[in-house]
Amino acid sequence: MLYIKCPWCGERDETEYHYGGEAHIARPENPDELTDAEWAEYVFMRTNTKGVHRERWVHSDGCRRWFNVARNTVTNEIVAVYKAGEKLELPAAEAVKAEAETKKAPAKKPAKKPATVKKAAVDKKEGA
Amino acid sequence: MTEKFRTSHGTGVDRSSVINFTFNGKAYRGVAGDTLASALVANGVHLVGRSFKTHRPRGILTCGSEEPNAIIQLETGPRSEPNLRATQIELYEGLIAKSVNCWPSVNFDVLAVNGLASRLFVAGFYYKTFMDPKSMWMTVYEPMIRRMAGLGVLPREKDPDTYDHMNEFCEVMVIGAGPAGLAAALAAGKSGARVVLCDEQVEFGGSLLNSKEIIDGRPALEWVASAVAELEAMDNVRLLKRANAFGYYDHNYITVHERRTDHFGPGAKPELARHRVWHFRAKQVVLATGSHERPLVFADNDRPGIMLAASGQAYANRYGALPGKRGVVFTNNDSAYRVAIDLVDAGMAIPMVIDLREVADGELPNVARQKGIEVVTGAGIVATEGRKRLKAIEIAQISSDGEKITGAKRRIECDTILMSGGWNPAVHLFSQSIGKLRYDEEKACFLPNISSQKERTVGACKGTFDLQSALEEGMAAGALAAQDSGFGKGKAPAAPKAIVVVEKPLKAIWVVPTDHPVGQGPRKHFVDYQHDVTAADIMLAAREGMHSVEHMKRFTTTGMATDQGKLSNVNGLAILSAQLGKAIPQVGTTTFRPPYTPVTFGALAGRGINGDLADPVRRTPMYSWHLEHGATFEPVGQWQRAWYYPKAGEDMHAAVTRESKALRDGVGILDASTLGKIDIQGKDAAQFLNMIYTNAWLKLPVGSCRYGFMLKEDGMVFDDGVTSRLGENHFHMTTTTGGAAGVLDWLEEYLQTEWPDLEVYCTSVTEEWSTLSIGGPKARELLEELAPEMDFSNEAFPFMTWREGDVAGVPARVFRISFTGDLSYEINVRNWHGLHMWEKCMELGAKYDITPYGTETMHVLRAEKGFVIIGQDTDGTQTPQDLGMDWIIAKSKADFIGRRSFVREDTKRSDRKQLVGLMTENPKEVLAEGAQLTYERVNPTPAPMVGHVTSAYWSPNLDHSIAMAMVKDGHNRMGQWIYAHDRGKVTKVKIVSPVFYDQKGERRDG
Repeated sequence: MLYIKCPWCGERDETEYHYGGEAHIARPENPDELTDAEWAEYVFMRTNTKGVHRERWVHSDGCRRWFNVARNTVTNEIVAVYKAGEKLELPAAEAVKAEAETKKAPAKKPAKKPATVKKAAVDKKEGA
Repeated sequence: MTEKFRTSHGTGVDRSSVINFTFNGKAYRGVAGDTLASALVANGVHLVGRSFKTHRPRGILTCGSEEPNAIIQLETGPRSEPNLRATQIELYEGLIAKSVNCWPSVNFDVLAVNGLASRLFVAGFYYKTFMDPKSMWMTVYEPMIRRMAGLGVLPREKDPDTYDHMNEFCEVMVIGAGPAGLAAALAAGKSGARVVLCDEQVEFGGSLLNSKEIIDGRPALEWVASAVAELEAMDNVRLLKRANAFGYYDHNYITVHERRTDHFGPGAKPELARHRVWHFRAKQVVLATGSHERPLVFADNDRPGIMLAASGQAYANRYGALPGKRGVVFTNNDSAYRVAIDLVDAGMAIPMVIDLREVADGELPNVARQKGIEVVTGAGIVATEGRKRLKAIEIAQISSDGEKITGAKRRIECDTILMSGGWNPAVHLFSQSIGKLRYDEEKACFLPNISSQKERTVGACKGTFDLQSALEEGMAAGALAAQDSGFGKGKAPAAPKAIVVVEKPLKAIWVVPTDHPVGQGPRKHFVDYQHDVTAADIMLAAREGMHSVEHMKRFTTTGMATDQGKLSNVNGLAILSAQLGKAIPQVGTTTFRPPYTPVTFGALAGRGINGDLADPVRRTPMYSWHLEHGATFEPVGQWQRAWYYPKAGEDMHAAVTRESKALRDGVGILDASTLGKIDIQGKDAAQFLNMIYTNAWLKLPVGSCRYGFMLKEDGMVFDDGVTSRLGENHFHMTTTTGGAAGVLDWLEEYLQTEWPDLEVYCTSVTEEWSTLSIGGPKARELLEELAPEMDFSNEAFPFMTWREGDVAGVPARVFRISFTGDLSYEINVRNWHGLHMWEKCMELGAKYDITPYGTETMHVLRAEKGFVIIGQDTDGTQTPQDLGMDWIIAKSKADFIGRRSFVREDTKRSDRKQLVGLMTENPKEVLAEGAQLTYERVNPTPAPMVGHVTSAYWSPNLDHSIAMAMVKDGHNRMGQWIYAHDRGKVTKVKIVSPVFYDQKGERRDG
């Protein structure tokens, strides 16, 4: 059972929280302009990270607030916890790992997703 | 019977305190400090069980939690417990135990005939012998195997004991209280950190309890006693004996199973919780879990009287019980010589040590020789004799590669073999913590390599088998662990001085040869005792393609018994790797999983599992009235809802028929307080609802209500309900009873993560308001009496509006909404007025013959109108169109949650399953909910299923059975006949509109 530090309440057992999947996937502002495939990308597709994964958690049995966790999926080590809307600078070693992961993911599907959609959304809602 | 094998020694027993017990129906005597196993050994009883498949006689093999053979059913009646290890059961007066895997008795086991038919039970026998014909599997083979192999028997009665759980934090958690663990706890304790030290044994001391080591010039147990005394004096140290750390989970979360009262005897301490599960969260962990001695795999190595060497030593030194009259030691390493020496000193005849190594010139072998023990090197035991007890062995010289016998056989009479194949560090918890192991060639075992958590390993668990180094490692690790958790400077206290004895390396010969090749001839080389897996089975598995250790394990069942392979795993994979011609590290180990040893269900369940505390129960303020008026109740989530109110002599059918008619003809009242209610406020509330619901909300006037669907982003319906505008920026949302919590979570998720700029606040007010739904043609008259100052006319108070006013003397919100199709009002009052309002309604409604109705009638009435229940008629794969409710989508809205998915071409396919009504050909026949539907009566196999029945009832108002169903292309098939299938019964049904009653909707205005 993970031991997670809620940014508002402090360290609590995992049983007080619910997992919310990969973080920083903003809801597109312009759904009508997306193809079905692009929309499906937003609704269903998630990275399967080996290494540091940024994910959403909600302290459902506590303050009921959503926040972000950077967790190593291999060891379950929690690298950082940060509030929705905050930016996370990972320590150098972790950042390299995380970057390697993110580089891999978009490389597979460069043409499918209009860069502007994702970027605009991410810029606006970093941390969501 | 007297204790023939009891000596005058025994550091752990009190011979003056006699304890009487019964084993397999026979009375015996033991002494205080005995385990069941040690008392049996003292009485010369070694035959304690039968093996799992072939029912071979088996004896006590070990003295600890790794025991695979001495598996016991303890006590009878409600406190009976199966599958306990005799080696861990502390003796108490009147103890009753029996072997589990034998019938009718351990001495005469009829199923031992399996031994003769053992060719049927080769590796993978589950998949081979009993495969055909298939029909035999469920009816004959499986029950037969279960009975043959069945270990213990579960008690039928309720468990009379209590169990509890404790949650605790500490800086340093030390697991295992042998020399290394004690040292670590001392070092950490001195720093002032909160320290927990736990051990599965009755006493602290670990291996020192069994041996005759010297520490600081005095018996090691004296050092143990002073260490324990020192720890007991520290307020910051918690000591747990009889406490087995059985799970090591993420983030240093460790679960410990403490047996608190078992040693007093069943029911002797009713005031105490019998077992306790501790949940520790530790900043740092020190694993000092020791090691298990490894059996040698040789011909017929499973006869009673064959025991692990150090266990024999423990029985003699600690319990004063000699394992036999005359024994030999069989080893591949130096440690077993210590056993030979101690046993000779204790008075047992040990004429010989048989050593697989060509040379045995270490310190200990030389001491053994001085004691007059013959040391035969380069030799092995190649055969054993004796069915219920070992009688003799044959030894021979073997080739240096361990492949074959090279010399003549020599027969020696003996009743005991003390074997040692080296040591396996108990890396189970380390592995559970996701630590990575490495294989050590010299020690021939797996050792902890890379830690994954904040953890250190010390002592034998780390492969440090010599006492002095273990003590030093413990001290160092304890001090560092404390420092890393913020206590002390990390300087290790001086370790006490043990006598250093240098041991020479072992020689790993994984299968000792016999006169036939392994797997041929009558002799068997057992690897997993409890599951009867032999070296031949593993070789066969490898030949049949089980090249992964995980496949081999499942095919042969090695390591899958109650002992979880503590003795067999390394031997098994070494044999597999030899067969594959691979190095052991290439083959690797199987995964170690919790629990380390079995934990009783009661302990896992904890307190209150037998009572009302297992799950909260929610009741409405009117619950007492329902109870007094004979309602039966239905659980809906945690809520207890009134189901129906039977009058004298009525069954459910009669009561529901009466209640259903009463509402349509007069007036009915339903307690709808469980409905989810969410108060939504803020300047952006309307805009938010516009995104959450499929229909338009911005222009809803204050005082009006609207029914809405919520979709998930995939376009599928996930909840519904009526939301009312209380003020410009204030809404009252209702949800399904079961969906309330999920909907609030959903709203919060979007508010916090997608639209944090919106100013909206959501509060659950489900329990703040009591809701009374009053419906039927007479409802208006009753409301007018209840609230004379309010105007209930259709003009002043139309359908889908709400009004605030004084009802029965208390402030109320009245909503004109209907789930029955009839004129209906929902009165909401603060929960403390709920019962008052209900009673007032009943009082004033008496002249209209007001009828309380429950959830069953509610379901019937709504089904008559074709109103869906989310979660019953839907399952998360329906769009609003599938439910025939296109009208609820606001075409003008640019966006709402689910819209983009919903407008895909796919959702317009006509062959999607759609909501329809069904009428049976026979009006009296009510369909089964869940019945599968086909277009044709007779179908090819597999039958093309086109849908299923979601709701089915008898409709008293139509005098006809009705049903709702999801049917492929259903909307285009109105009027067609299709077929419902329920366990062989076929019913012809007609597809109709789901609105069965009052299709024009004329009744809702009264």
